[in-house]
Amino acid sequence: MSPIVKKKGEKFTLPSKYLLFILSLLCTALMVVSFTTDALDRPVNAVAGFIIVPFQKGISNVGTYIHDRSEELAKIKELLEENESLKEQVDKLTEENTRLQEDKYELNNLRSLYKIDKLYDEYDKVGARIIARDAGNFYHTFIIDKGSADGIEVDMNVLADGGLVGRVSGVGRNWARIVSVIADNSNISGKVLSTNDTLIVSGNLKTYESAGCVDFSQLIDASNAVQIGDKITTGDISDKFLPDILIGYVNDVKNDSNNLTKSGTITPAVDFAHLSEVLIILEKKQTVDDDR
Amino acid sequence: MKKALMGAAFLLLFFLLQCTAFKYFAVNNIGPNLLIILTCTYGFMYSDKEGLLMGFFAGILCDIFFGPILGINALIFMFIGFTAGKFNRLFYAEDIVLPGSIFVAGDITYGLIYYILLFLLRRRFQFTYYLMNVILPETIYTLVCAIAFYPLLLLCINKLNKIGQRRRKGFA
Repeated sequence: MSPIVKKKGEKFTLPSKYLLFILSLLCTALMVVSFTTDALDRPVNAVAGFIIVPFQKGISNVGTYIHDRSEELAKIKELLEENESLKEQVDKLTEENTRLQEDKYELNNLRSLYKIDKLYDEYDKVGARIIARDAGNFYHTFIIDKGSADGIEVDMNVLADGGLVGRVSGVGRNWARIVSVIADNSNISGKVLSTNDTLIVSGNLKTYESAGCVDFSQLIDASNAVQIGDKITTGDISDKFLPDILIGYVNDVKNDSNNLTKSGTITPAVDFAHLSEVLIILEKKQTVDDDR
Repeated sequence: MKKALMGAAFLLLFFLLQCTAFKYFAVNNIGPNLLIILTCTYGFMYSDKEGLLMGFFAGILCDIFFGPILGINALIFMFIGFTAGKFNRLFYAEDIVLPGSIFVAGDITYGLIYYILLFLLRRRFQFTYYLMNVILPETIYTLVCAIAFYPLLLLCINKLNKIGQRRRKGFA
């Protein structure tokens, strides 16, 4: 604590209203500084990483353990039945798998023929575990257990289940903060895969809590070609997100009151409620500044 | 010194529980706000100064890890702790109505200010939705958690006070 706060009877005590005033000024200054620059990020993140993250890892592991055990007990009966049907499915799938492997071999050959590079498999990725979630209930922010020591930088893209989770917004030595697609303050430039029309995907607490979706807007689709179920991926013009990463599927589309653009909702490809591990792409979108 | 150490230990414990373990037991994606319990308890059990310091550190911790803007949680928590400290004169250990109502008032205030500063100003106008689906459920969950955590805090703080008193008597 601050050295000027001392117990009664000692030389000097600061009345609490002055302390409140000083700390309020400090908070306001912090807000202004952090809103305009990111000069504070590095020292503050480093300190936090040393003190808090080891504990978070431990508790998070215990929490996962307890949660898993309680779910296990509840589900044993269900699992026995499921096991039977799954065994049948395994046989079927093994057969299918061999067939698909042949197909994949063929596909790889064809791809190299067509020289299609830059699919997600070709990015360098690193796996990480989620160790904490947002303390409040307004935003969807995660903390993962890898940081700058593992080569993670701000603005790297984060994947899970083959879809986009979000991007890294803060990095400490051994932790990083991820702002997810569904967070109320996230906006992403996307496109419809089938028609290449661009749109803006923005997280919205209300749509997510009530329907499990995110909003999209600014879609110009004069020929009414965009249908429910169409794939939405990250767009080419975003300066933070790599192109062609799956965000989700169109859930509904409606005309805006200006009759020019359309908006609606998207079902995300990632199951955010059960997310525990994520992949971080160790490659950042190339921007104009990089050339300098 | 001991008071500061215990405060730091509680802060760490509550913060970690809130953003890890309690997120696994979130009801409808809503988790409790344990830091409000801690801040308010420090406010009305000690004084406004302890309340505002605890609030400041609790808030800055949230801001460093999750906040979009550094300092905003610190400011809100600090004022809640300071206000809770003003009820210090009305507080006695056997009473549970006063702490309960301070927790409820504190959490609702936190929710409202946070909504106004970070949602209303970004054109999210459906106030009743956020009130009914985020702020009030969080308050109720917090109150339920307070039933477990408040007696623990009370016990530890009283024990520390007794040790301090005994030592002062022993030296006199």
